[in-house]
Amino acid sequence: MTAFPDRMKAKHQRLVLVAIALVALVCAGLLAAWALRSQASYFYVPEQIAADPPEAGRAVRLGGMVEEGSIRTLPDGVTTAFVVGDGKARVPVRFAGILPDLFVEGSGVVAEGRLNIDGTFVADNLLAKHDENYVPRELREMTEHQKREVVAETEQGA
Amino acid sequence: MIAELGLAALWLAAALAALQLYAGAMAQRGHAGGLAVLVRPAAIVQGLACAFAFAMLLWLFAITDLSVKLVATNSHSAKPLLYKLTGAWGNHEGSMLLWVAVMALSGALIALVERRLPERTMLATLAAQAFVGLGFYAFLIFSSNPFERLVQPAAEGLGLNPLLQDIGLALHPPTLYFGYVGLSVAFSFAVGALLTRQVTPEFARVMRPWVLGAWVFLTLGITAGSYWAYYELGWGGWWFWDPVENASLMPWLAATALLHSASVLAARDALRAWTIMLGVVAFSMSMLGTFLVRSGILTSVHAFAVDPQRGTFILVLLALYIGGALVLFALRAASIAEGERFSATSREGALVFNNVMLTAILGIVLLGTLYPLLTEAFDVRVSVGPPYFNPAGAFFAVPMLLVMAVGPLLRWRRDSLGRIQRPIVLCGVIVLATTVAALAIGEMSILALLGLALSAGLAVASLLPLRGRRLRRVPLAVWGMVVAHFGLAVAVFGMASETAFSQERLAAVTVGETVRVGPWQVTLTEVLPNAGPNWTAIEGHLAASYAGGAPVELDPQSRSFWAPVQQTTESALATRWNGQLYAVVGSEAREEGAEARWQLRLWWKPFVTFIWYGGVLVALGGAIALVGRVGADLRRRTVRRRAAERRAEGTA
Repeated sequence: MTAFPDRMKAKHQRLVLVAIALVALVCAGLLAAWALRSQASYFYVPEQIAADPPEAGRAVRLGGMVEEGSIRTLPDGVTTAFVVGDGKARVPVRFAGILPDLFVEGSGVVAEGRLNIDGTFVADNLLAKHDENYVPRELREMTEHQKREVVAETEQGA
Repeated sequence: MIAELGLAALWLAAALAALQLYAGAMAQRGHAGGLAVLVRPAAIVQGLACAFAFAMLLWLFAITDLSVKLVATNSHSAKPLLYKLTGAWGNHEGSMLLWVAVMALSGALIALVERRLPERTMLATLAAQAFVGLGFYAFLIFSSNPFERLVQPAAEGLGLNPLLQDIGLALHPPTLYFGYVGLSVAFSFAVGALLTRQVTPEFARVMRPWVLGAWVFLTLGITAGSYWAYYELGWGGWWFWDPVENASLMPWLAATALLHSASVLAARDALRAWTIMLGVVAFSMSMLGTFLVRSGILTSVHAFAVDPQRGTFILVLLALYIGGALVLFALRAASIAEGERFSATSREGALVFNNVMLTAILGIVLLGTLYPLLTEAFDVRVSVGPPYFNPAGAFFAVPMLLVMAVGPLLRWRRDSLGRIQRPIVLCGVIVLATTVAALAIGEMSILALLGLALSAGLAVASLLPLRGRRLRRVPLAVWGMVVAHFGLAVAVFGMASETAFSQERLAAVTVGETVRVGPWQVTLTEVLPNAGPNWTAIEGHLAASYAGGAPVELDPQSRSFWAPVQQTTESALATRWNGQLYAVVGSEAREEGAEARWQLRLWWKPFVTFIWYGGVLVALGGAIALVGRVGADLRRRTVRRRAAERRAEGTA
């Protein structure tokens, strides 16, 4: 390969370098945009699953509260069934594995997995944060909203 | 009294930083008068004052002074002393104080030892450092005072999150912070050089040890963080693409690019503007990381001590520093950009390619991390995970690894591929042979296959720069490069092997029952209660034998802490040279009338440990290069002093 020709000045080389860097970064951006469109798994709350369910088998995340009294272990000893709700809708969830620390009834959880044809959510992964104060961000907003609703209702009743 | 002393020291340090900034800035405009001589002493005393403040905080934690709010909310008198001390930075205020103390101390060190740069550039650098420091002092004093007293002393502390009561995690944040702070020094140097337009090879040589040091700590921090998440969270994975992990990866990518471009600038006086730009970007990434981790703006499984209000403060600082530096860069870039030329096929060419690829990966990670925030503005909730990061990152990582194998064999300025034909063919053959061998072993994902093949090629290629040289005469900087590149090959091999060959077994077993996973036979021998200083646990006793050999005992636990009330999973590991058996015990599977069964999750992960061995090797390479560089600088300084002495004698 010939080395830089003499007529190619330092300034030109700099421009070429900048152009290459820009092309690579634009490529990275386009690739990222494409990958994000096709690969990002979407976040659902039970209300959305009830209204407009994702197609069965597509990787999604489901966030909500673990309903009181809903956790039970199936006969195989390692699969846990429970219900995730948001006060408006409920989704039955199955998870095979050891439950994460802090996974308790009445607490927030984000389940990664997919919806089955029968409407059960099969989780590959449960994200319950490792902090006693954790409520998923999406749910924190929702419960605030719910609180306001509850307040409004009681005031109307009074 | 101790708390007040600490706070006073913090105010003193802040005042000195203000003086340092004012005097340094005046010196730039040429009318500092006698003030310019104050810059270096101010930096030194500021470092000492700030270190004193941090020492006071450590003391408060050591004696568990419950009249201090930070101690009361983050510590407990029943905690072991070590964790009382590490608890000092296991929270937001303390970690910020540690950050600023390390930054002030490094400023003091620069002021003490650095004599190579032109004095004006040096003063500009120290002024820039004081400017960055002032933001953090304001943050500490006005928004998160670590020395705040309680009106009524607490009767007992609230304790420290049990997950943080682990030596790995206790040392992990300071390691990362040393890295972040090192990058803040590089940032100050970049701003100083921009202000005085002195972007020279000498500047790159002065900045390089700081970047190297920061990079070594970042590498260690990421490696330790990955291993911690692997054994402490009990989920068996080593990288999650969690925003908090990405927050440390992004500055690492930028620092790696900076390290290599600084080498080009130091050796060949090219890539001036690009190196300055990377200096700004690297520190921006560490600030952005702090912001993402501390603000709680992104949902993360391991973001501790979050507070949106503080997030806003950091965001304002971020905008101020980065915006200011970028404006300065835009104004000055044209006047510093003249540099030496080089051919595409040369050491510089390969390093530019590596820089572009690293920057592209950085862009990919940044976009993926911030994308959920962007879409949330339009009310669409999205989470981005491995299905995005892995292929998109690999798209640039694979060509980078290929060029990384041949780059060090090329000569500076111009070279031809024909000259290094034989090593290229050798590496190609190794890559092909590994691919064939891996395909023969079994089916695997394309990424795992690529990883195995490339790591084999890179491992051999990384040793080639030593070929035909007398090993004792090879400079330490070259040794450092060889070790670091070889370490990366080792880490990539570990990642690919874990992805390709891991086996998992999940079962509910009765005492005495045996399960198989890979070549292991694991028997649950008994389940017993256990207790520690602040926890109780259910402990499973397992006898695990590899391929029929003598059994090893494993004791995974499911722990319950009471202050605060929390459950944690303590995994148990059996490590062999060729991999790790990973065991987690879950809860009892209750069933009416049946014998008690315990949930057991087992993984056999071939060569998983190579991921972290590799990370440590990469950091070791950086440390070797650092020793080499600093040593060479010291020798050069001695030679220069002797020459000056001889000249003085000659004239006398």
